[in-house]
Amino acid sequence: MTDANQQMVEQYRNSFLREVEENVEEGEWVKMCMQCGVCSGSCPLGPYWDHPPQEIFMMIRAGKRDEVLQSTSMWMCTSCYNCIVRCPRELPITHIMHGLAHYAKRLGIAPKNQPTHKFSQLFWDNLTKTGRVNELKLGLSLYFMNGIGEGIKTSLKMQKIGLGMLMTKRLSPMELIGGHKCKDAKGLHAILEKAEELEAARIPVAGK
Amino acid sequence: MAKKSYSFYPGCSSQKAASASNYMVSVNSMCKTLDIELNEIPDWNCCSASIGYSGGGELPRLALSARNMAISERENPGQDIVATCAACWLATREAQERLHDDDKLMTETNEALAQAGLKVEANQNIRHMVEVLIEDLGYEEMGKHVTKPLDGVKIAGYVGCQTNRPFGIDGESYENPKYLDKLVETMGAEPIENYDQKVSCCGGALAFSEPEKSQALIKDIIESAYDGGADMIVTPCPVCQMNVEVYQDHINQKYKTNFKMPVVYYSTLMTVAYGGSGKDAGLDGQIIKAKQLEEIASK
Ligand code: SF4
Ligand code: SF4
Ligand code: SF4
Ligand code: SF4
Repeated sequence: MTDANQQMVEQYRNSFLREVEENVEEGEWVKMCMQCGVCSGSCPLGPYWDHPPQEIFMMIRAGKRDEVLQSTSMWMCTSCYNCIVRCPRELPITHIMHGLAHYAKRLGIAPKNQPTHKFSQLFWDNLTKTGRVNELKLGLSLYFMNGIGEGIKTSLKMQKIGLGMLMTKRLSPMELIGGHKCKDAKGLHAILEKAEELEAARIPVAGK
Repeated sequence: MAKKSYSFYPGCSSQKAASASNYMVSVNSMCKTLDIELNEIPDWNCCSASIGYSGGGELPRLALSARNMAISERENPGQDIVATCAACWLATREAQERLHDDDKLMTETNEALAQAGLKVEANQNIRHMVEVLIEDLGYEEMGKHVTKPLDGVKIAGYVGCQTNRPFGIDGESYENPKYLDKLVETMGAEPIENYDQKVSCCGGALAFSEPEKSQALIKDIIESAYDGGADMIVTPCPVCQMNVEVYQDHINQKYKTNFKMPVVYYSTLMTVAYGGSGKDAGLDGQIIKAKQLEEIASK
């Protein structure tokens, strides 16, 4: 168990709901859920969720901390917003799912091999480096995120798509060398660093 | 109509040599015809869409969108911000709401922005390009410029998720928005009726991390267009376009289907109907060629 996680366990010993309300993005909405189940029928990848949103909200109230935070479920959210427009209580469900995923990651207890967990981190690292997403580098690191052997298999499978994109000039090999970036990447980094520092003063981060 | 000016947020996928670069080509042609001026937000950054949340906490993600808004307010004052990507539009608009709803987040965001000499009020309207077309110009004005009606082309209007939810286009329903169909009609083409996958999700960013699961969703979206007799699909979003176009070979292999459905943007249709060349419309960027549009464009 990581220090950040231990710190939160001790701080909120009796109430996971309060922990979520105080630390998870839009977490203060969880108590408004009336368990109607509409959201759970809305997820496009619903069959793959161990715990659909309604169940997650119930589990938060029941204090099932590890089961919620270590779940792969929130990482299955496609951000389709079906749930948000249907929820009778207007819970910002999409954001709570992202918020729970981030919080688990932040405490160092998110499921390690969940592919969207890995991809989401790759995306963030790729973007924040220069301020703009570099699709080629992102694609390559994506193929290789499960190791070299798997990576070669994936890139062979994706080769035809890549070629199509190259031929129609929708992907440029030059991106590997330089590529798009913000001129003031330094300023952007300073902004992000400050934002992270302010947030970390409120919510701990594993390994920091 | 007089020239209209907007503060433009292109987003990373529309950059030169990126996956939606052909989208930009057709948007530029369309805007030229309609006398719309797009003033790019100088040195804009990517917004992290709905997928950066693993590494990015709430405040850093807000700061990304806030930086764009701050530069826009300073450099393009008095203009609405316009995005061509649904995810950019959504992320920026949500950031604006969050900042206005929460004083503490607003203060902290400005504290972060100050590191680069910036300050945000988040008071410019944030709009999707299709809102500009429908609300600021209207179908009548869009129709006036048609010189080559897209006669006989049957088109499935795939609206997808994020252009439609949670904000959507004013006056349209979430379950059956009609604006893409109306736009198709305005260009002289024929919208297919009862396209039941119109607002279904294609898997979004999970198309990359969960390809099999997403491709099952994409298959239904394409199949339903074929069932309705469509010659092609039109979308308002670069992520939807890419997801629905580029995996068709993989889907054919897995499901023994024979998909070869072109997927274009509304701006592609408009550029061709306005008499532009295939190049002006970005048709050379189609991985699955839109032959009917090429023929009309070369006439
Ligand atoms: S739709 Fe809303 S109220 Fe109903 S279970 Fe889901 S979150 Fe709760
Ligand atoms: S936004 Fe996420 S939680 Fe909501 S319905 Fe879509 S996949 Fe499910
Ligand atoms: S939403 Fe997508 S295209 Fe738009 S800026 Fe963000 S990452 Fe780039
Ligand atoms: S349809 Fe897919 S790509 Fe388009 S907005 Fe929805 S999730 Fe995103």
